[in-house]
Amino acid sequence: MSLLSVRNLRVSFDTETGVVEAVRGVSFDLGRERLGIVGESGSGKTMTGRSVLRLIRPPGRIAADEMRFDGVDLITASEPQMRALRGRRIAMVMQDPKYSLNPVMKVGAQLMEGLRQRDGMSRAAAHVKAVEALDAVQIRDPERVMQAYPHELSGGMGQRVMIAMMLIPNPDLLIADEPTSALDVTVQAEVLSILDGLVRDRGMGLIFISHDLRLVARFCDRVLVMYKGKIVEELAAGDLLNARHPYTKGLLNCLPRIGGARVPLPGLDRDAGWAE
Amino acid sequence: MTTMEWLREQNPASRWQARAGQTYLNWLRLKRNPLAMAGLLITSILLFVALFAPMLAPHDPIAQDLSQRLLPPLTSGHPMGTDEFGRDILSRILYGSRITLYIVLLVVLTAPVAGLFIGTVAGYFGGWVDAVLMRITDIFLAFPKLILALALVAVLGPGMVNAVLAIALTSWPPYARVARAETLTVRSSDYIAAVRLQGAGGGRVIWGHIMPMCLPSVIIRVTLDMAGVILTAAGLGFLGLGVQPPLPEWGAMISSGRKYLFEQWWVATMPGLAIFIVSLGFNLLGDGLRDVLDPRSSGK
Amino acid sequence: MALIEIENLSVTFNAKGRLVKAVEGVSISVDAQQSFGLVGESGSGKSTILRAICGLAPMTGGAIRIGGDLVPNPRGRAFSARVQMVFQDPYASLHPRHTLDRTLSEPLSIHGIGDTDKRVMQALSDVGLPQSFRFRYPHQLSGGQRQRVAIARALMLSPAILLLDEPTSALDASVQAETLNLLNRLRTERGLTFLMVSHDLAVIDHMCDRVLVMQNGRAVEELSRQALASAQMKTDYARALFAASADRMLEP
Repeated sequence: MSLLSVRNLRVSFDTETGVVEAVRGVSFDLGRERLGIVGESGSGKTMTGRSVLRLIRPPGRIAADEMRFDGVDLITASEPQMRALRGRRIAMVMQDPKYSLNPVMKVGAQLMEGLRQRDGMSRAAAHVKAVEALDAVQIRDPERVMQAYPHELSGGMGQRVMIAMMLIPNPDLLIADEPTSALDVTVQAEVLSILDGLVRDRGMGLIFISHDLRLVARFCDRVLVMYKGKIVEELAAGDLLNARHPYTKGLLNCLPRIGGARVPLPGLDRDAGWAE
Repeated sequence: MTTMEWLREQNPASRWQARAGQTYLNWLRLKRNPLAMAGLLITSILLFVALFAPMLAPHDPIAQDLSQRLLPPLTSGHPMGTDEFGRDILSRILYGSRITLYIVLLVVLTAPVAGLFIGTVAGYFGGWVDAVLMRITDIFLAFPKLILALALVAVLGPGMVNAVLAIALTSWPPYARVARAETLTVRSSDYIAAVRLQGAGGGRVIWGHIMPMCLPSVIIRVTLDMAGVILTAAGLGFLGLGVQPPLPEWGAMISSGRKYLFEQWWVATMPGLAIFIVSLGFNLLGDGLRDVLDPRSSGK
Repeated sequence: MALIEIENLSVTFNAKGRLVKAVEGVSISVDAQQSFGLVGESGSGKSTILRAICGLAPMTGGAIRIGGDLVPNPRGRAFSARVQMVFQDPYASLHPRHTLDRTLSEPLSIHGIGDTDKRVMQALSDVGLPQSFRFRYPHQLSGGQRQRVAIARALMLSPAILLLDEPTSALDASVQAETLNLLNRLRTERGLTFLMVSHDLAVIDHMCDRVLVMQNGRAVEELSRQALASAQMKTDYARALFAASADRMLEP
């Protein structure tokens, strides 16, 4: 059964110089699988992720023919209904833990906040749960991390804390917006494998948004390639080499390779027709 | 090419066109904020009234007519009533706007400018320059504004120019602080590093690169402070230490109307309302400007 | 004689009472017209070395020589005519309130070089930007376009050495390709010497002749491009870095 189904999603912004359309008619289905959304800046991938959670404020506007999560109509849901979904059933991990963790609260307090306020747990019970969550993301010294402030953690640790925090309520769907882009290469692999394990164990749906086509292809089951607000290609991750759309092929080819020839890298000749 | 097209041109052909185009876009952003527009309206009215007071005022603001004293508002010929000397309150308020505007402009031209210079120099050079300048700033900040203004006026004697001087001398420290804070943030940016790497000296960097970045904060602060300046001038006038009678300064008008507050409320209330409306106008405008000029929202 | 000689450089910062050793005893030698890469993860000190060369970070030990002469302190105009830098973040390296014309003509004005109009227009066309962009502001340009302006600015004084601090890491993949191609073309045309910093081994491999791997402020291993391409690393860290990058380069 489809966990999330989206038909003809449109996101636009009213600016003083006119209307800017960030997403122009995106449709997809998501079951309990991993879907990657790939695009460059301005492709609308982040806006798509945020629309699912209705996190776009005026002057932005969301419209869709259908946007349904497990039977709940996300377009017409009221704000209290959306609040009940956010965090509990749909969670979001963002790029830089420096900006998404509260810098003046200790990590432990942030982890326990949701449990105590949303679920009414006692402090002791929440503490136990928080430590469990940090364990699940393979943080070796959870007690020390609980007492630390976000700026005292490295990027990789911060991101793991973020993931732990988002997964405590056991959501059905996780939207990860460039979760490893701010991390060092060696740390990226670790964080991704942790995420991989958790998603698999809990049978969650995952939307993985990134600009890195190869990374997404290795990590996800299916890939959507976006360009200027539209989906230009949809393919299974294993089929990446057989991509047909020239934009996808161009993205694959323009990256430098270790040991590659010292010739100018093939650029991407953008065709205005792709935006149609 | 129409003016609109010229302003909206994506590829300007000169620095002047580029600058005008950006100003136009900022204007469009400001226009979308109804409260800011209200503030702009109020301040424009203040400007208009101050400029054309002689033509707008029905009576001479200083002429006394004791047979007409303490008439209530909406009496014919005196929409706002008269004060204890029979002077028309509306005319006094209209002429008083000139005094208000004069004080505000003088303060604005001196205090923020001095504060901007001191703050940017202190922030950019750091070290002992920063320490010395900031300690001087601290000394001025340590005094409560009104008390220091009072002390200065007591020494220099009452009068409009001295009141302005007193207010200016007590207003500049916050601007220095604001400018210094912005400078400290801006100082470590890559674009400052780039121009220093080109061999630019301190003067060029501060004047051409750092000050333009501090201007928005200072401008916003100025509009928000205007209310405070007006109130301080009114306070000095109220205490009889600012503008001297018979000049129709609004604060002085409130002071002299105190005695009649219960029976003839209009004598003190009308100038009070004028101060309130003008202060509100500047505040709304300042808030609106903050949204437009905030570098965080316009820079990506 | 090497054009850039860094001998035993150390940079130590005082961060709120704690001493942070950003760079410890690193030595690098770059010949004229060579392209040298510094690669490492965050905290490796690679960017700090570039900043130390420019005088933007304090040197607490060691010596830096350009063309055999010790760099003066403060660096001065002669230095800026020989060495220029392209910064990492295209959104932060151009003054937001200056038009491109102003940004590009400023170095000329500082050094008293005339013919401003002609040089600015030439600079724009050298980096492939249209003349009509001359009076635009940075926020009217895309990231890739801004980086081109940054490159044009760095070349206004015709330096011999270009320091590049992760010039493409903030750019989209396709724009990165264009920018790297531009840099290579300019290097060949003008006989420039590059000292380039990146965390991306593939970018370094594409652009540089020799590479120094750094970790935690120290030099770990210096490799030639052939050694890098054929994975002939001698140290564990260099190998781990290669594996993490090559891992992603492998076809899925």
